[in-house]
Amino acid sequence: MSVEQWATLSDQAFDGAAVVLALAWIAHLVEYAASRKVAYAASPVTVGAAASPTPTELPEPERRATLFGRIGVALSVLGTGVLGLGVLARGTAAQRVPWGNMYEFATTGVFLAMVLYLVLVKLQGIAWLGPVVTGFAVTVLGLSLLVYTPVGPLVPALDSHWLVLHVVAAAIAGGAFVVGAGASAFFLVKSRAERRTPVDQRHGYLWRLPTADSMDRLAYRVHAFAFPIWTFAALIAGPIWAYYAWGRFWGWDPKEVWAFITWTVYAGYLHARATAGWRGKGAAIIALIGFLTFVFNFVGINLFGSGLHAYAF
Amino acid sequence: MVLDERLGQRPDTAPPLPARQFARWIWRQLVSMRTALLLLLLLALAAVPGSFVPQVDVDAQAVFAFAEKYPYLVGTFEALGLFDVYASPWFSAIYLLLMVSLVGCIIPRTFVYARALRARPPQAPRHFDRMPASGAFDTDADPDVVVGRAVQALRNQRYRVDRDAGTSEGPVPHLGVVRAEKGYLREAGNLVFHVSLVGVLVGVAVGSLFGYRGSAIVVEGEGFSNTLTQYDDFTSGALFEPSDLPPFSVALEEMNVSFWIDGTQRGAPRLFEAVGSVTPAPEEPAEPFDITVNNPLQIDGTSVFLVGQGYAPIVTVRDSDGEVVSSGAVPFLPADPTYTSTGVLKISATDPQLGLEGFLVPTTGVLDDGTIVSVFPSAFDPTLSFFAWEGDLGLADGSPQSVYSLDKEQLTRVEGADGEALRINLGRGESVELPGGGGSVSFDGIRNFARFQVAQAPLKEFTLAAAVAGMVGLLGSLFLRPRRAWVRVREVDGRTVVEVARLDRVSGADLGADVDDLVAAVSGEGVARGTSGKDRARRAWLSGEGVARGRDPES
Ligand code: HEM
Repeated sequence: MSVEQWATLSDQAFDGAAVVLALAWIAHLVEYAASRKVAYAASPVTVGAAASPTPTELPEPERRATLFGRIGVALSVLGTGVLGLGVLARGTAAQRVPWGNMYEFATTGVFLAMVLYLVLVKLQGIAWLGPVVTGFAVTVLGLSLLVYTPVGPLVPALDSHWLVLHVVAAAIAGGAFVVGAGASAFFLVKSRAERRTPVDQRHGYLWRLPTADSMDRLAYRVHAFAFPIWTFAALIAGPIWAYYAWGRFWGWDPKEVWAFITWTVYAGYLHARATAGWRGKGAAIIALIGFLTFVFNFVGINLFGSGLHAYAF
Repeated sequence: MVLDERLGQRPDTAPPLPARQFARWIWRQLVSMRTALLLLLLLALAAVPGSFVPQVDVDAQAVFAFAEKYPYLVGTFEALGLFDVYASPWFSAIYLLLMVSLVGCIIPRTFVYARALRARPPQAPRHFDRMPASGAFDTDADPDVVVGRAVQALRNQRYRVDRDAGTSEGPVPHLGVVRAEKGYLREAGNLVFHVSLVGVLVGVAVGSLFGYRGSAIVVEGEGFSNTLTQYDDFTSGALFEPSDLPPFSVALEEMNVSFWIDGTQRGAPRLFEAVGSVTPAPEEPAEPFDITVNNPLQIDGTSVFLVGQGYAPIVTVRDSDGEVVSSGAVPFLPADPTYTSTGVLKISATDPQLGLEGFLVPTTGVLDDGTIVSVFPSAFDPTLSFFAWEGDLGLADGSPQSVYSLDKEQLTRVEGADGEALRINLGRGESVELPGGGGSVSFDGIRNFARFQVAQAPLKEFTLAAAVAGMVGLLGSLFLRPRRAWVRVREVDGRTVVEVARLDRVSGADLGADVDDLVAAVSGEGVARGTSGKDRARRAWLSGEGVARGRDPES
C-alpha cells in the first residue's frame, strides 16, 4: 500500500472508531435507562455474588440492562480495535511513531485509555465505567477533528527518542487518568447515595454498581499506576528532551507549568488517601481536580497558549 | 521573639503554653501529613499565574508587550512578582516550607523505620477468621511437622519468620504459632522517594546558582568565542563568575537549512544543521563539529545547542563618492514561520549618518495591493525592503543600543521625489541610489545564520540520578505490599486444626489465592476447608467488603 492509502485508511479508521464508540456509548446509556426501573431489594453491601439471580430469572428491565451493557462492551472492543488500526496506519503512513502533533496525541491517547479500560473490564469487571469512558472517548475523538493534521513528517525538534518516550508515557498516564477520574467521580456519587439512601429505597442504576468502597480502591490503583508514569513523562523524559531540543531542562513554559501542577495535585491525592479527614471524598475531589488540570493542559494551553510547545501538541 | 509576643497578646486564654511547647506544637503541625497535603495543593495553585502572565525568564519580549498593553497593571504585577512567579518570595516560601516539612517528616520516619527493620513479626491475632483472608483445615500430622512446613513455606516466600512454641497459657492456647512479615522495602522506597525530592531540589538550586545560559547569533563564515561580550543575551546564577566560561571558540562554516517543499507539511522545517569547527582552548587544535537540533555539541561540561536559524542579507553601502562605507552580512530576526525577518543597518561612517530599517522575505510573494509577503521559508527569491533614515544614530553618547532597532530621535526619513517616505525594495543582486546624493545600497546575497544557545547546568547528572532514584523509590512505595501471615496449630475437640491468616497492609491484593497456596504448602495433601480464597477475594471485590484494611491512619 502507498503512503496515501495508509493515510486514507487511518482517517477512515478514526472516523469508523468514533462511530462505533458512539454506538457503544449509546448502548451504555440504554443500559442506564433500563436499569433505572430495576428494583434492587437487597442492599449490595450485604450480598455476595451467589445472591444475584441467575440470568434466566432476571426481570425484563434487568435483562435489557444486562444485554445492553454487554453490547456496550462488545462495541467498545470493536471500536478500540478499529482505533488501534487507525493509529497503526497513521504510523505506517508517516513512517514514524504517530504522535507528532495534537491530533495524533489525542487519537493515540484515546486508544490507550480504551485499552486500559478494556483490560480492567476483563480483569476487574469495571464495565460500569463504560458510560463515562466511552463518552469521554467519543468526545475527544470528535474534538480531535478540530485539530486535524494531515499525515506528515516530524519537524526536527520532535525527532528524538526522548520524544517517543515522553509522549507515550504521557499518553498512557493520561489514559489512566481518564479511568481514574471516572472511578473517582462514580465514587463520589455512589458514596453519597450510600449515605443518604435508606436500604429499602435502593433501586435503580446506582445499585447495580459495586460499592463506593471498591470504586475508591479501583480509583487508587489506577492513579497509583498512572502517577509514576506521569512522573517519568513530565519530570524526567520531558526535561531531558527539552534539554536536547532547547538547551534547558525546565523553563516554566506554560505546558511545563501545567504538567507540574498536574503532578503536584496527584501527589496531593496520594497523600490525601493517607491523611485522616481527607480519605474518601476529599481525595476523590483532589483526583478530579488533577484530571481537570491535565485536560486543561492539553486543551487550554494548546489552543490558547503560547510557549515553545505550541507548535507541537 | 515572635512566638512570645503572640502568646503575650492572648491574656484571656487558659494558661499560656510555654514557648517551647508552642514551638513544638507548631513544628508538629508543620510536619504533619495534613500540612504536607495543603502545601502541595498550595504549590499547585501558586504555579498557576505564571502560566498566564508572561514571565521575564521565559519570554522577556512578551513581558514588554504585556506592559504596553496594560500599563495600569504593571506596577501591581511587578510588586507581586507576577512577572517572575517562580523566583518570587511567595512561591519560594511555599516550596521551602514544603521542604522543611518534608525533612521534618523524613527524619523521624527514618528512625521509626530503622526500629521497624529490627522488630520481629507481630503476635498472631486472636480470631483468624476476622483477618482479610483466612483458611483452616484438620490434620493428622504432628504439630511440629506442620509448624516446620509453615516456616519453610513462608521463608521460601521471603518472609521474615518467627515461631512460638506451643502454650497452654494466654487467651488462645495453641500447639505452635508461626508469625511472618515481609515488604519492609515499601517504606524504604517511600523514604528514598521523599529524600530524592530534596536531592532534586538541591541539584536544581546549586545548578542554577553556578550555571549560565546565553545565546548568540553566528553568521556562516564567522565565529563565536565564549566570552560575555559575544552573547546577545546571557543569564547566570548568583555564584557564577565570568572567568568560569571555558575558553572555547567556534567557527561556523555552513548552516544547512531545508524545508519541506511539497506534501502536507509544505514549509515545515526539515533539517537544521550547523557544521564547522571548534577550538576547545586557544592553543589547541580545532575539531570539526556537526550540531543539529536535539544533538548539541559538548565541550568542557558546556553544551552548545542549535536553537534557531535565520537569514543575514549581505549589504554593501557606498557613499556619494562610491567608497564602500559598510559591507557584510547583517542578521535579520525571523518573525514568523515563513521567516519574514526584520533588522536594521547602522552606518556611522557617513555624514550625515545613515540608518536602514526594514524586513527581508526569503521567497517573495506580492499581494494585489503591492504588499510584499513571504510565501516560503527558504531563501529562493529574497527581497530586502527598507526605509532609509538620515541624521544622528545616537551612538555617540555611549548608552547601549540594540543592534536590531534604530533610535529615531535625531533621524529623518529619506523621502522620494513625491515627498512620500521612500520604501526601497531590492531583489538579490540589485542596488539603488539613495536620492539627494546620499550614496548607494546594494543587496549582494544572503548567508544563513545559526542561533546557538550555550548552557552549563552543573550537577545535572546528580539531579537526574536523584530523579531516577526517586522513581525507583516511588515504584517500591506504590507497588510493594507489606504483608503479614500467621499459621497456628490448635487442638479443637480432640482434632488438630491448622489455621492460616493473611493481612495486607495496603489495600487491594488478591489475598485469597495466597492463602490457598499457603494452606496447600502447610498441609502437604491436606484439604482446604472453608471458602476458596480466590472466590472470596473476587466476591469481596465485587461486594466491596474490602479485601484489606489496616493502612496506618496517620504517619
Ligand atoms: C515535596 C512534596 C511531596 C511530594 C511530591 C510527595 C509525594 C508523595 C507521593 C507521590 C506519595 C505516594 C507514595 C505512597 O503512597 O506510598 C507520598 C506518600 C507519603 N508522603 Fe509524601 N510527598 C511530599 C511531601 C511529604 C511531606 C512533607 C510529608 C510529611 C509530612 C510526606 C509524607 C508522606 C507519607 C507518610 C507518605 C506515605 C503515605 C502512605 O502510607 O501511602 N510527604 N508522598
